[in-house]
Parts: sequence; C-alpha cells; structure tokens
Amino acid sequence: MHDQTIARLSAGLAAGEFSSEELTRVFLDRIERFNPGLNAFITVTEESALAQARAADQRRRRGEAGPLTGVPIAQKDIFCTDGVRTSCGSRMLDRFIAPYNATVVEKLNAAGAVMLGKTNMDEFAMGSSNETSFYGPVRNPWDLDAVPGGSSGGSAAAVAARLTPGATGTDTGGSIRQPAALCGITGIKPTYGRVSRWGMIAYASSLDQGGPMARTAEDCAWLLGTMAGFDPRDSTSADRPVPDYAAALDRPLEGLKIGLPEEYFGEGLDSAVARAVDAAIAEYRTLGAKILEVSLPNSRLAVPAYYVIAPAECSSNLARFDGVRYGHRCEQPKDLLDLYTRSRAEGFGAEVTRRILVGTFALSAGYYDAYYLKAQQIRRLISDDFQRAFEQVDLIAGPTSPTVAFNLGEKTDDPITMYLSDIYTIAVNLAGLPGLSLPVGFVGQRPAGLQLIGNYFAEDRLLNAAHRYQQATDWHARAPVAFA
Amino acid sequence: MEWETVIGLEIHAQLATNSKIFSGASTAYGAQPNTQACAIDLGLPGVLPVLNCEAARMAVIFGLAVDAGIARRSVFARKNYFYPDLPKGYQISQYELPIVHRGQLTIDLEGGATKVIGITRAHLEEDAGKSLHEDFQGSSGIDLNRAGTPLLEIVSEPDLRSAKEAVTYMKKLHQLVVYLGICDGNMQEGSFRCDANVSVRRQGDPKLGTRAEIKNLNSFRFVERAIEFEIERQIELIESGGKVAQETRLYDPDQGETRSMRGKEEANDYRYFPDPDLLPLLIDEAFIATVRDSLPELPDAKKQRFITQYGLSSYDAAVLTTSRALGDYYEATVAALGGEPKLCANWVMGDLSALLNKDNRDIADSPVSPAQLAGLLRRIQDRTISGKIAKDVFEALWAGEGETDAIIERRGLKQITDTSAIEQVIDEVIAANPEQLAQYRAGKDKLFAFFVGQVMKASKGKANPQQVNESLERKLKN
Amino acid sequence: MSLGPAEVAKIALLARLAIREQDAPAYARDLSAILELVARMNAADTAGVAPMAHPLDMAQRLRADEVSEPDQRERFQTIAPRVEAGLYLVPKVIE
Repeated sequence: MHDQTIARLSAGLAAGEFSSEELTRVFLDRIERFNPGLNAFITVTEESALAQARAADQRRRRGEAGPLTGVPIAQKDIFCTDGVRTSCGSRMLDRFIAPYNATVVEKLNAAGAVMLGKTNMDEFAMGSSNETSFYGPVRNPWDLDAVPGGSSGGSAAAVAARLTPGATGTDTGGSIRQPAALCGITGIKPTYGRVSRWGMIAYASSLDQGGPMARTAEDCAWLLGTMAGFDPRDSTSADRPVPDYAAALDRPLEGLKIGLPEEYFGEGLDSAVARAVDAAIAEYRTLGAKILEVSLPNSRLAVPAYYVIAPAECSSNLARFDGVRYGHRCEQPKDLLDLYTRSRAEGFGAEVTRRILVGTFALSAGYYDAYYLKAQQIRRLISDDFQRAFEQVDLIAGPTSPTVAFNLGEKTDDPITMYLSDIYTIAVNLAGLPGLSLPVGFVGQRPAGLQLIGNYFAEDRLLNAAHRYQQATDWHARAPVAFA
Repeated sequence: MEWETVIGLEIHAQLATNSKIFSGASTAYGAQPNTQACAIDLGLPGVLPVLNCEAARMAVIFGLAVDAGIARRSVFARKNYFYPDLPKGYQISQYELPIVHRGQLTIDLEGGATKVIGITRAHLEEDAGKSLHEDFQGSSGIDLNRAGTPLLEIVSEPDLRSAKEAVTYMKKLHQLVVYLGICDGNMQEGSFRCDANVSVRRQGDPKLGTRAEIKNLNSFRFVERAIEFEIERQIELIESGGKVAQETRLYDPDQGETRSMRGKEEANDYRYFPDPDLLPLLIDEAFIATVRDSLPELPDAKKQRFITQYGLSSYDAAVLTTSRALGDYYEATVAALGGEPKLCANWVMGDLSALLNKDNRDIADSPVSPAQLAGLLRRIQDRTISGKIAKDVFEALWAGEGETDAIIERRGLKQITDTSAIEQVIDEVIAANPEQLAQYRAGKDKLFAFFVGQVMKASKGKANPQQVNESLERKLKN
Repeated sequence: MSLGPAEVAKIALLARLAIREQDAPAYARDLSAILELVARMNAADTAGVAPMAHPLDMAQRLRADEVSEPDQRERFQTIAPRVEAGLYLVPKVIE
C-alpha cells in the first residue's frame, strides 16, 4: 500500500479495498520504523491521525467522501496546527502549541485528509539542506550521507521514503522544488497568492508560497486543488477561481512551446545533471513540444537581490519572537533588553541569526536605497525578463538545482556556496511565478530534477506537462531501495 | 519680543470604528486586559492583516474636511522597533505615501483675526498596547487590548507660534474630528493625543531652531503648560550659552516640566519598508465622491450660515456649531418655533446648556426635545408666561413633569394680562404704601422699580411685566 | 561592503540579538561575504526602474468593520511564558 500514489490510494479507499484506518496504520508503522534513521518528522500525531482516519471512514460510509478523504498526508512544521506543536524547526517554537489552524490545514482537514504529523525543515525555512533545523538534519532516502535539500527537506524525504504519500511544503527561494529534485519527487510552488499564507509562519512575506509535494504531478494536482483558493484573511490572496487541475492533466502537448533559458545551462551546472535535463527535454520533443531558446538576461542578479529582500523581510517578520507572548524566553532576564537579546539569541540558530543581521543592516538608515530599493528594482527587471520570455513560449524548462544532493556537512561552513544551490529557483519567487520540479533521472544513486516554470496562474499547464512526461517515463515511480 | 517660537503638532486621533484596523477584534474601551487582543493583535506566528474599510473611509472624510489631497495610492509601511506593547516588533503605519496630504485648518485668534494652519499629512496606523507599571514583583504587565486600534496621525506644519495658538489649533481639530463622527474625542481614554515639536529662534532668523519633541500630551491644559515650559527652558538654555538637543521629552504633569527621554530613543533606527503583507491602498474618484456626498455641513460653513440665516453674532454662531448635535438641536428648535432665532439661541446656549452641564449630559440625551423647548418659547412669545416664569417651567420640563401647557396650568403660572385684574393689584399696592407714593410724587423716580417689584410679588410673578409698567406709570402720576 | 565585529555588535543590538564576543568575528566574516554577493546587484543599471514590492499587481482588499473575533485570552495565554491577572509580564519597563 505504501508504494501507491494518492490517486491509487484514493481509488482503493473508494472501492473499499482498505479503510483509511488501515492505510493510516501502514504509514504510521513505517514512520515508526524509518523515521529514526531519516529524521523527516518532528512530531508524529498518531492519535489524532487515527481519529481523523476513523472519521474519514465514517464519512465515506455516509457517502460524503471526496477524493482526499482518508488519504494520509504530512504537514510541513511551518503550518500552524491547532493544538499541535508548530516548531518551524526552531528552538524558539519548540514548545509552541499553535492555538489555530493555517488555512491550508483547514482546507486539507475539511477534505478529510489525515495528518500523520509535522515534517522537519530548515529553521524558519531558511536553508537549502535541512541542516539548520533545531531538530537535526534530515537524511536523503536515496543516500543517507546526502542532504534532502531544503527547506522542505522533511516533507521531501518523507514522500521519497514512502512514509507519506503526500506532504505540504513552502517555497520562498526554492524550498519545495529543490528538495523535490534532490529527493526524486514532484513538487509545485504555485503562483504567489494562489495558496493562502494565513497560518503559514512567515519567512519573507512577498516570496513565501505554500504548495504540495508528492510522487507524481497527478497527486500534486489533487493536493493543490484542495490547498489553493481565495482566503479573505490573506490580503495577498488572489481572488480567482481554482481550476480543476486533475481534469487538465491529460491534455496533449502537441504545439506546447518550451523555452530553454541559456543562462540556466551555463557555468556551474553539473554536467551529469545537464545530461539528465537534456534527456528530459528530448522526451518533451518526442511528446510533441516545440523547444525554443529564450533569454533571462538578469538571472545572475536573482540570488543577490534575494539575499537582500528575503533577509530584510525576515528581520521584521521574526521581530515578534521576543519571549513575551509565546515561544522561548530566557531564564531570569535582568531587564527588558536582556529578555529580548538573550531569548532571541538562544531561540534562533546561526543561519536565522545571519539573515536577521543582514536584513537589519540592509534596512538601516543610510543603506535602504543601496540595498532594499535596488533589490526591488532588480526584482522588476527579473520579472520583466520572464514576461518577455512568455511572449515567445508557454513554459520555461531547465535544471531545478545545479547539482544533485550534496553530502551532509559539505556546505555548512560556507553560506554563499549553500545560497548558490538555489540559483535556478530563486528568480521564480522574485517574479511570483509558478514553478514545478519533477524527477528526470539520476547521477549515481542521487536523483536529478527538471524545473518547469509557467506564467502567472498557469499551474494547470505545469501539472499537465509534468503529468504527460510521467506517463511516458518512470523516474517518478522509482523508490529508494532501502524504503521500497 | 526677542524670541520666536515655532510649534508643529502631531495629533493621534483614534478612529471610531467597531473593530480594529487590521483585525476583527473589538475596539471598545475598558474591557478586561487582553480580552480584546485576538491572534492578529497578539502577532501570533502566521497571522496576517486585512484593512478595515471604515478606517480608510474615515481618513478620507478627514482629508476632505480639511481640504486636503487624497492619495489615489497609499502604502502601508512597517516601523520596526522593539517594545513590549508592540507585539509584532513593528508598527504598521504609512510612511512615504500617506492617505491624506496637504490640507489646512483655519483657527480663530484673539481679537477676531484668523490664521490658516497647514496640515502636512494625515496617515493611518495601528495603536500599540499599554504597559502597566504597578508592581508585579519588579515586572510590568502588558495589556494588548488597544493594540491594533486605528489611529489617524495628523501632522501640522510648523505654523504655530505660541502655546495658545497650539491649543486653539488642537481644540479646533478635536472639535472637527468629533463633529465628523470619526473620533469620540475622549482624551481621558486616550482617543485624542498630541506630540508637540517645539523650537525657538531669534526674531527674524530664517533658520528653524533645533526642536524637541514632547510626547503623549493628553489634555489641552498639559499641551499649553508643556509647551510654555519647553519654550522657557529652551530660551534659558540658549541664553546661558547652551544648545538645544534634538530629542524626545516627556511631560510630567505633577512637576509641570518636560524631561529628556534620552537613552531610550537614541539607538532607534526604524527601518521603514513597505509592509509585504499589505497591498497598496487604491482610492478611486467614485469612492471619494461618495464620501464627499456623505459629508455633513462643516463647522466653519455652518457657522457662516448661522450668522447670515439667523442673524446670530459670530460668537453665538461659533458656540452653536461646536458640535453637530448642538447645531441640529438649535435648528430644530428654530424650525419648531417658526422663527425667533435669537431667543432660541439664548435658551439653547443658556438654560439648556447649563442644565446639560449640571447633569453632565450630552445634548443627544437632553430630556427636553427641541419641540418641547419651542413649545415653551411659544408661550413666552404669546405672553402666556414671562421669561422669568419660563425658567421654572423649563426646569419642570427637564424633570419630566409633562408638557409646557400642562405645567403652566397645573402650577397656575399663566400670566395675568387682564388689565383690570392688574390695575386692581396696583391699586392695592399703592394703597398699602402711601409713604413711598408721596416720595415718588415728590420726584424720587427710583421708587418706580419698588412699585413694580411689589406688584410682581403680589401677583406671584404672573402679572405681565409690560402691562404692569404701563398701568403703574399712569396710576402713580394721578 | 565589509563589516567588522563592532558593526556586527551595533546591528545585533538593533535586532535585539545577543551575540557572544567570540562569535562576532565569524558573523562579521559571513555578513561581509553575503554583502559581497549582494554587491553583484551593482552591475545592473536600475535608473528609472520602478521598484517591485509585490509579485502581483493587486490592490489592498478592505474588510467590513465588524467585530468577528471572540475573547480567547485563556487559550492564548496558556502558551505564554509569564502572565498574571490576564497581563503578559516583562521585566519592568522604565519610561
């Protein structure tokens, strides 16, 4: 059962082949068995999962089940879950029991999905390897010496190791797509505003976007269809209907124009990854797509601009963690300043501290124009690049990450090298576009991912293109041997 | 005078919305601590703000009332600083692009002159909570009920030249926001607060002096005293060779002095940037037009109209237009009576206002309605009662003893206008005071008043005074 | 742009982060490296380019002025480090 897709499990539940309770137990057992080695979950909600599963079974008996009713999923520990610890991978929130549900959690609950637990992540979603988590690193199921990517590394590893058929993630600079690529699964970062940010702990508000991670594009379509939608509690939520993503999956790709940005295939791209990506492009050609060259000339500015905007927003977003109303508070503060500085220093790890410092500096008097304003201008240039490209093509394709998964500890001493592993994903967040990563091969035993980028609200087209590829190939169906 | 004072005021008016500016929590005053602080007000992880439409509408109302520009596009920014009453570690405010810009307010100076005070800008922002310093074993307690209450910060140009002018401007602004219904104006509850920027310069010096900002002045009296103290302090400082520091100062009403808050503010660098959780606030012409159409007649315009339409003095017109309810009451009285605007003005400003003050009531809950007051004034007009008796009837009306005519009837207060009845009383009075009569006839004119008094007394005040005068004059001559 | 330990200390105070003296040089080095990366932005001519604060060109939505949030003090304060009489406690605030 554990090796089935959500689509298949949903059909099995509908056909009465097994109950949600049985299914949930299968995954809970696997989590118990494999999680100690992977560290993909921070919190496992066994009791409430079984209660939700039984409720889903009853709902099915009443004839009120939807496609996700009774399907187990995992929530990234950045989404607030009422009554359940929501740590955001940080010591700061180690004992934080959220008093409300994120909209994404509400929606999945309402659909009858069963939450198995909360997945590990880089602290406050700041990281590309899941090594900044207070709860320790997550291991890549394909190779336990490798990182799973980040920040949604726990979700990616859990899906790849078949500890859950699907999970939620969030993506501020690549945090869904890069771990999806490194763990050989499918993940989509929707258009900014497509999925509500209410209850999703903010890292960089103008870049953060939640999305699904699963084995296939079809599963992502089902999950996204439930997660997406207008939310009056989020001022940045897009007020437009959610299309039926699943219904659009089978559209033929004949005539689909896919652009390859020359900037995504240059220096820094691992040649073995490049070969996997080239093979995938060839497959698309076979499927009827037209391949064109496009240019995104300001691509090299994306990482620098991101490391102003994201830290600036995070320095402000994380100011609320002051030890007063919730979260970590230092022992015996001698005065107010001591309460603040010590609670925060004890609560935050080194990478979060670095980004808060960078952001504080970039916004400070005398530097605002040179850093923040400049970065916002570059953001416009990058967005304009994409719009010019989309005048010629329907989708843009390239590698998700310049390399396959790197070794644990390999980049922890050098933040800059770590930052550059998001070189192909960050521009998409700056522009607010939807992006998807799907598995397209291996380098050794480590998976490689292809990134597809669409224009605003073209999630249906992205999922369709990924699905057709997955109908023709089987990379997405491969399981890491130890977890098969 | 050697020194010139330059003052600009920043006034924070709490907008009279039901819910907070970015959350659905109540803004009602006086609730138990933290019972009106919802997840958004507390800044829980993951919460997001959504703007209250009424806060935006009220800001536009204000802008139109002070003849200001309304920004078609304004932007919310974060002002970042740490303070226990500021849950998110930043205050959502407007910085570069405020919703209201470049307006003006005309104030009346002593001696009938007027002065136009520039309003630089008015912007929307959220209020902070409160720190309570009663001792909890060396701790302060934080109540976040007020956090997120909508504020309109109204910034004046440095056009004010004395503490008195500053207070006049502040009072006028207070009157206006209350009149417009966008602020309850309750200064004890902190609904209307003021920071004053004060500097001095030598007369004729084109350059502004270094200013000190005096924080959180929550009464007109404090504003006046604090500014006066500050002016004197700065002049003394400069004259003794010192220099004014640009700093924030706190007014201590007990000592009557301002004190430096130095040290607390020095490290501040607010790091303003556009709030990524909020989008630009766009206000279109149609919205502005709708608000404009809903605007009440403004106090200054109403005052002018009262002068021309009712022939009132500038003073009376000003008093009667201090609040919308007062002006409405007055006009309803005139309309019910069908004229006599001056008589109506005297009663509204006199007996009515006195009793309202005494009972500490608002004109809106006056126990005597305009129609009832008009009914009373009608009986003065038709001489049923005298003005003096009318005061007693008014008190009876106030006490709820029924309508004017019933009170007059029941108490037998009807004026005596029957000439023969009056003459009979006069005859009795003259007969009873032969000595005074002799003196009067001998030329002691002043005794006329004595006879009037006696007649009124004998008639229990009911004799028509004018008729008493006429008949007495005739009879005393004979 | 390169930052030294003293500048890091200043920024850390602004951000209310206690940084141990022995950690300051490492932060200074990392921050300087990040700022060097960021300085690559200077290669772009952005004269006259309108800054982009939001990915989508949308306007702020307005909500009706309705009280919709009930009192949840008890619930919210169960997760608070220190409360008394319904108030959040902090070391004495000196005005």
